[in-house]
Amino acid sequence: MLDAVIIGGGVCGCAIARELSRKKGKFLVVEKEEDVCCGTSKANSGIVHAGFDAKHGTLMAKLNCLGSQKMPRLCRELDIPFRQNGSLVVMVDPQDRPRLQALYENGLANGVPGLQILERDALLKMEPNLSDQAVAALYAPTGGIICPFTLTIALAENAAQNGVKFWFSAPVTNLTPIPGGWRVETDKGSVDTRVVVNAAGVRADEIHNLACPDKMTIVPRRGEYFLLDKQAGRHVSHTIFQLPGALGKGVLVTPTVHGNLLVGPNAADVEEKDDVATTREGLAEVRMKSSTAVKNLPLNLAITSFSGLRAHRPEHEFYIRESVPGLIDCAGIESPGLSAAPAIGEMVAEMVTNLLRLEENPGFYPTRRGIQSPLSLSPEERQALIRGNPAYGRLICRCETVTEGEIVEAIHRTPGARSLDGVKRRVRAGMGRCQGGFCAPKVMEILARELGVPLEAVTKSGGESRLLEGQNKQCKGAKP
Amino acid sequence: MKNYDLVVIGGGPAGLAAAIAARQAGIASILILERDSRLGGILNQCIHNGFGLHTFQEELTGPEYAARFVSQVKELGIAYLCNAMVPDLSPEKVLTVIHPEQGTFSLNPKAVILAMGCRERPRGALNIPGFRPAGIYTAGTAQYLVNIEGKLPGRECVILGSGDIGLIMARRMTLEGATVKLVAELMPYSGGLKRNIVQCLEDFGIPLKLSHTVVNIHGKERLTGVTIARVEKGIPVPGTEEYYACDTLLLSCGLIPENELSRGAGVELSPVTNGPVVDDSLETSIPGVFAAGNVLHVHDLVDCVSQEAAAAGKSAARYILETQTQTGPEIPVTCGPGVRYTVPQRICPGAAEGELTLRLRVDGVYRNRRLTVLAGDAPIYSKKRRALAPGEMETIRLPWNSMQVGIRELRVLLEEI
Repeated sequence: MLDAVIIGGGVCGCAIARELSRKKGKFLVVEKEEDVCCGTSKANSGIVHAGFDAKHGTLMAKLNCLGSQKMPRLCRELDIPFRQNGSLVVMVDPQDRPRLQALYENGLANGVPGLQILERDALLKMEPNLSDQAVAALYAPTGGIICPFTLTIALAENAAQNGVKFWFSAPVTNLTPIPGGWRVETDKGSVDTRVVVNAAGVRADEIHNLACPDKMTIVPRRGEYFLLDKQAGRHVSHTIFQLPGALGKGVLVTPTVHGNLLVGPNAADVEEKDDVATTREGLAEVRMKSSTAVKNLPLNLAITSFSGLRAHRPEHEFYIRESVPGLIDCAGIESPGLSAAPAIGEMVAEMVTNLLRLEENPGFYPTRRGIQSPLSLSPEERQALIRGNPAYGRLICRCETVTEGEIVEAIHRTPGARSLDGVKRRVRAGMGRCQGGFCAPKVMEILARELGVPLEAVTKSGGESRLLEGQNKQCKGAKP
Repeated sequence: MKNYDLVVIGGGPAGLAAAIAARQAGIASILILERDSRLGGILNQCIHNGFGLHTFQEELTGPEYAARFVSQVKELGIAYLCNAMVPDLSPEKVLTVIHPEQGTFSLNPKAVILAMGCRERPRGALNIPGFRPAGIYTAGTAQYLVNIEGKLPGRECVILGSGDIGLIMARRMTLEGATVKLVAELMPYSGGLKRNIVQCLEDFGIPLKLSHTVVNIHGKERLTGVTIARVEKGIPVPGTEEYYACDTLLLSCGLIPENELSRGAGVELSPVTNGPVVDDSLETSIPGVFAAGNVLHVHDLVDCVSQEAAAAGKSAARYILETQTQTGPEIPVTCGPGVRYTVPQRICPGAAEGELTLRLRVDGVYRNRRLTVLAGDAPIYSKKRRALAPGEMETIRLPWNSMQVGIRELRVLLEEI
């Protein structure tokens, strides 16, 4: 019998797994998709919120602030990029002044450091591209930007280094109480465990409802984004929010930690939990709202648009508790969930530890090394790396300058990349301005070679997302 | 790594022709840097014929056309390095190179020719709403899969955009056993060559719908279909939506010169061509840095690329040998009615002697117009053209010598007859 099964390999599931691996025990993450970071964690703003927004006194506020405090050290340990670029909540309507003041006071109450209200002149010195309507803004120097993929993947890798196991393509089909724990049934088989942690994102309600008499509802709330070329990455240097006002909530404009510019999201509740389509209306809304706080936004430099689903609970509060004995829900983790993830991981791991009276794992190793880009090295170090393995000198993705060595490493790590998207999220091949036009066939070849499968078996993102239909002139249904 | 007088970045048709011309103009020390594992660039995957009609008066395939230049490079003993990436070029012409066997090194040649080619506009840049399943490829990526890998990306195909690669791929996919249900084109005219519309669509009975675009993409894992709608003034018309079941969507919606390296070096770029602003010796805003081929502006025919690149090679040689002479102030070349851009955008008197080549594209479909070049108010060139279209590049060759130094501006325009 395992000690804990974590359902969901998103940022929360992986943060919980990594924190749990500080303790002695047998832990397993079961994930519906073929990889970690395939749901809400992969399509969001990539923002570490300073913590002024969440209402004082809520769990959301507490975990946001704690998570934000923990993030710099966590990113050092996991060797992932994180930048505290600071954020500005821009007010464009002078009548909204009381709202700005309220936000400031809420932030003070939450203990957010360094908050200041800045007036137009000071603002323009910081951000010359703020719109002509910008009146004042709340400045939070601890606001940050992070890559949500590498955060989630690094947490998973570090958890795996410390003994946590992962099952992929293993959607949970049933939860049954057994003496001293639960039987977790999945498409990959069933497993018995003393504790179940429900970190299933937009589907956390479905998991909860399998086991609990009371019923939970998670509403998938979709947000659409534009991602702009790195050429636009310096249009603003801070994360620019619009102050929610009489006109509703705006969209944010932020540089990403990799140097692109991200614009979005809007918010629309949708029916289906996998409805991550973008829409003409949604993209038009983002386009329209984006000019409120920032001017001359070069949306013509968009390299892609995408949408993500927030796991929204009508109560708009994180739901982290032992709902029935041995089942810990970690549900309703919508924004600022990414910011809070380090704190959520610690909180849930502590709950499990207390339930099971787990002992310290003396072999816990807190650091994980990132996949090194030869471009980030000094010429001498780069030379040594390529001499040791020429694949680090072979360019595959020209837009993001990713080498074969990095891609091979991404495939052979645990958990490793199994698809084009898995490679993309780990080393950014295909993430750039040509969106994989040149490198996709080459990455497919590398995946097939390293995984020992035919080229036709390589997928975009697992499941039925096959990239090829066969060989030239081959009849439909014929064996290759 | 030894140093070179001339480094050519890119070993496709432009880079090869430029290097050959520079060698023939007297430059001994030349290095071609190619990121792929062989010379030839995108021609290697263009296995259809139709190349070389102007240059060799023969119909060659892409690889055959490339091979002629590659063997010349080898005969002339021009050095080249494949699998070489150039992550950085400085304004002082210092290049960083990374190579699997040679490791990392830098070069500081006297002159650089930019010949990096172009890339295809991806789905994201087109902002087509819908899901993001597998089965959506740019036409060139599909061409690589079919022609190089021998694999079929899909069996039921819709193509968005009637650029030449899309038209060529409509025929290729059909020949390899796929069904091409439709080519949809946003504009009221095709972006491809007339001959390709006839040979690749009409000969195979593939419908072309002008003023149509994809307004939705269906399928969560693999593409299952697209919704097409008619477009008026760039906006889809409600009620005109049609669903096409398909497993593949190919995009042929424009090419973008690949100038990230040029931008990093501080080369001035034109917002119209997305390529460097050059003078008549194809020199960019950085002295000693030249550009040619699709990195400069997107061409229709590889023959034109080779010609243009040869001119850049010659100019680079003149620069290195210091035989370039400027005799007066620069003359801007401006676009009048009907003309979208010209290359070059300015003329350096004294640089080109004998003949001046202007390449340009018009901004719409025109019938029976005069293509005219004015020097001040005086026409120095005027020729009747029966049909002009944005998909067909126009070339003007003018006699040119230092006697014409008095000219302050050249203006290129279309005149009604």
